[in-house]
Amino acid sequence: MANNMVYLALQNNEDARPIIEAIAEDNPHATINHYPAMVKIDAPGRLTVKRASVEEKLGRDWDPQEIQINLISISGNVVESEEEFAVERLS
Amino acid sequence: MAKPMNMRDKYNRMTRDLGWEPSYQPKSKIYPQIEFEGIKIENWEQWEDPFRLTMDAYWKYQAEKERKLYAVIDSFAQNNGQLNVTDARYVNALKLFLTGISPAEYSAHRGFSMVGRAFPGVGAQVACQMQAVDELRHVQTQVHTISHYNKYFNGFQDFRHMHDRVWYLSVPKSFFEDAQTAGPFEFITAISFSFEYVLTNLLFMPFMSGAAFNGDMATVTFGFSAQSDEARHMTLGLEVIKFMLQQHPDNVPIVQRWIDKWFWRGYRLLSLVAMMMDYMLPKRVMSWKEAWEMYFEQNGGALFEDLARYGIRMPKYWEVSVQEKDHLSHQTWATFYNYGHAAAFHTWMPDAEEMAWLAAKYPDSFDRWYRPRYEHWIAQEKAGHRFYNPSLPMLCQTCQIPMLYTDMDDPTQVVYRSTEYQGEKYHFCSDGCKDIFEHEPEKYVQAWLPVHQIYQGHCGGATVPEVLNWYHLRDGQDNRDYLYSEDRQNWLRWKEASSQLETT
Repeated sequence: MANNMVYLALQNNEDARPIIEAIAEDNPHATINHYPAMVKIDAPGRLTVKRASVEEKLGRDWDPQEIQINLISISGNVVESEEEFAVERLS
Repeated sequence: MAKPMNMRDKYNRMTRDLGWEPSYQPKSKIYPQIEFEGIKIENWEQWEDPFRLTMDAYWKYQAEKERKLYAVIDSFAQNNGQLNVTDARYVNALKLFLTGISPAEYSAHRGFSMVGRAFPGVGAQVACQMQAVDELRHVQTQVHTISHYNKYFNGFQDFRHMHDRVWYLSVPKSFFEDAQTAGPFEFITAISFSFEYVLTNLLFMPFMSGAAFNGDMATVTFGFSAQSDEARHMTLGLEVIKFMLQQHPDNVPIVQRWIDKWFWRGYRLLSLVAMMMDYMLPKRVMSWKEAWEMYFEQNGGALFEDLARYGIRMPKYWEVSVQEKDHLSHQTWATFYNYGHAAAFHTWMPDAEEMAWLAAKYPDSFDRWYRPRYEHWIAQEKAGHRFYNPSLPMLCQTCQIPMLYTDMDDPTQVVYRSTEYQGEKYHFCSDGCKDIFEHEPEKYVQAWLPVHQIYQGHCGGATVPEVLNWYHLRDGQDNRDYLYSEDRQNWLRWKEASSQLETT
């Protein structure tokens, strides 16, 4: 069975909440799992964090590299640009 | 006015400007370690760092992480946060983590400083330099946490001294020394890919979530702060692997052998984490078995499907790790219970409720193989004969763990593997460890095996008290069963005092 799961794990805190909400809205295929102090978001294929969506939630400018402050872990190949931070599988 | 540079331009500018052509010396003299491992690099310019982090952005984000971290550590100390952990037994998981892993963070700092110097490509140099600084930050934050807990609990007071001597701490120590004494490409495959990408999620995520669940905000915070650097480290690990595989087809079998070796070395090291998760957290988040399924079988499986296009397969003996998931934590904890008089943390038997949890999580193994042994030990303890094994265990020549793992087809039989090299016989816990030795016997015959060293008279004497003294381990304070420990007495006294304060 093909397995192409990726994930992003973020701290469960005030800074990360808008990021998690933006991920949930932009990635309807994702599953949001809550653990003590941590939120782990799993999805097949790809997960995208969009600058515009996070800025909309935050009401201020947001650089996708800021995700590093509250990021706990990832699985997948990182693709980063000015507009988004993504993890994806090659196939 | 010039248009502001985008992220890619800024990163290219930084790396290009650092990469000058030397004129006083040939490159082969400046980077002398780059060829002997057999890895062929055609073009270092093809190195792609997906994070493209420039130094100014790096310092900005790291400073932000530090501010957040020390705010929590200060508040934890000021508010006697140690009193809010679920139970003082929990602190023993922390003792093992902080004495076993924190010095390893320092080894990683040294290792990345060395490989950053050894690689000719600027992208790789910058990524290694950032990681070297990260690892130094990790050990510093963990020493701050040691400093706080050391005021209230035993076993933390001489962690550097112990790291070079105590038998079970030789397991993480020798793991990192094995990597540091390899070439730069093997080091980075070992630490960045096999350990960080494939395995550290098992160390940090369930364990730090466990710390949160058990009220230890100081540990959660240094743990997740360290782990936030880990996403970048993992990306470096994956990038290194893809870079080597794309540069030359001759690299594929070399990289595969390193992945096989370091997967097995790292998996064996994680036995300590398995027992922490299943036995040492008073409130448990998930079992070792569930964590292995989630982080290795599912995510590791997806990773290796990605790498199949480069000719890489799953690490050798991964199937054994899956078979062992029903037994690993129980066999490891039982061994530490046996040798609890020689460990700088406390051991204990799970209570009835905890045994019910273990039986529910391990329906195929716990009640049949482990509960009867524990009930026997509990009965002995109640009769006034808490069992401590007076003999010294045989150690595996490669991973340095006592030979405790059993045959998966017959969990009553310990796996004994052995080989001969230059007329001497060497012993192993598994086929994985035996294979590693047989490929580089001249390296592993030099292993500093704690039990051998005791018998050779290098550890303060031939009796347990003499060896404990040499470890700087205070008999009766740092070691033995939690039931009779000073930690437990203090804990009960503090909790009683604080509950009396609340009622007045």
